[in-house]
Amino acid sequence: MQVAIVTFPGSNCDYDCYKAITDILGEQAHFVWHRESHIDGADLVILPGGFSYGDYLRAGAIARFSPIMASVQDFAVQGGAVLGICNGFQILCEAGLLPGALIRNRSLKFLGQRVRVRVENATTRYTSAYSEGDVLALHIAHGEGGYVADAATLDRLESNGQVVFRYVDRHGQVTDEANPNGSMRNIAGIINEAGNVLGLMPHPERSVEAILGSTDGLGLFASIRDHFAGRPAARVLSAAGGR
Amino acid sequence: MSGAATDSNIEPNGKVQVNEFLVEVRISPRPGLLDPEGKAIHNALHSLEFDEVEDVRVGKLLRMKLLADSEAGAREAAEQMCRKLLANPVTEDFDIAVAGRA
Repeated sequence: MQVAIVTFPGSNCDYDCYKAITDILGEQAHFVWHRESHIDGADLVILPGGFSYGDYLRAGAIARFSPIMASVQDFAVQGGAVLGICNGFQILCEAGLLPGALIRNRSLKFLGQRVRVRVENATTRYTSAYSEGDVLALHIAHGEGGYVADAATLDRLESNGQVVFRYVDRHGQVTDEANPNGSMRNIAGIINEAGNVLGLMPHPERSVEAILGSTDGLGLFASIRDHFAGRPAARVLSAAGGR
Repeated sequence: MSGAATDSNIEPNGKVQVNEFLVEVRISPRPGLLDPEGKAIHNALHSLEFDEVEDVRVGKLLRMKLLADSEAGAREAAEQMCRKLLANPVTEDFDIAVAGRA
């Protein structure tokens, strides 16, 4: 698998993604500077976390018009796999590649903490290494992570199985206390209708080694790798699961 | 981006006269959407005993100087900017005021 990681001015999780793909997964990755105009030879494009353009105006609003984004847009429309993490998720929403938007956390605080998310759909190319209902320990690091969309959009996401991750408590229950940022219906990650574009606020690339405290994010990268390798995903969530 | 030339802004030599306009764009969170910043300010005002405050919503104000051949042209340009970049239709409403020539 060849992964293109787009770097915007202010991206700061690009190297974490690079390490997860190369060192941990043993796959190929390269960086693509936002001024470039073509995504070439990539199976997967990652829009990493960070604070592109200082989050000015709205998080992701300016990055969405970076030169590279026209190519990312074409790639996605043609069915290419695009993964947006944190700021990358915000950019995908701003670009209209995913529905809805991400607004200021209801606490008004920047949150850097461990959360639990439940896998709501394990049939996507990004989640096949998990089982539905798995509870993952992942980290969030954001100030604008409150997912909002109108009721019709939310209902459509639910009925299509496009809600992929939801914030839950330690027992896997969807509660308001387990919702760190005020996201509607505890939504932490969604996929587009075609199933090729995924966005999520938690950082799977920060949970890929035991030394990081959790390996629960590895399954996401393993799923997409196995998708391109054409083999059924190996189940990688450990029983302990870092929960 | 500017509106069509009208008789009033065509100079005797046939050139379209372009002026600088002051445009204010107000962007506010859509009704019904949670506005945590507005809520925090609301609470702070209450703790200062401004009990008459019933609601606070926080948005942004952009002041722009732009060139256009008419007020309508300036407004039209600002509206396109809002639709394309300045406001997110999922979460924000906008309104535009042309404050006249700079």
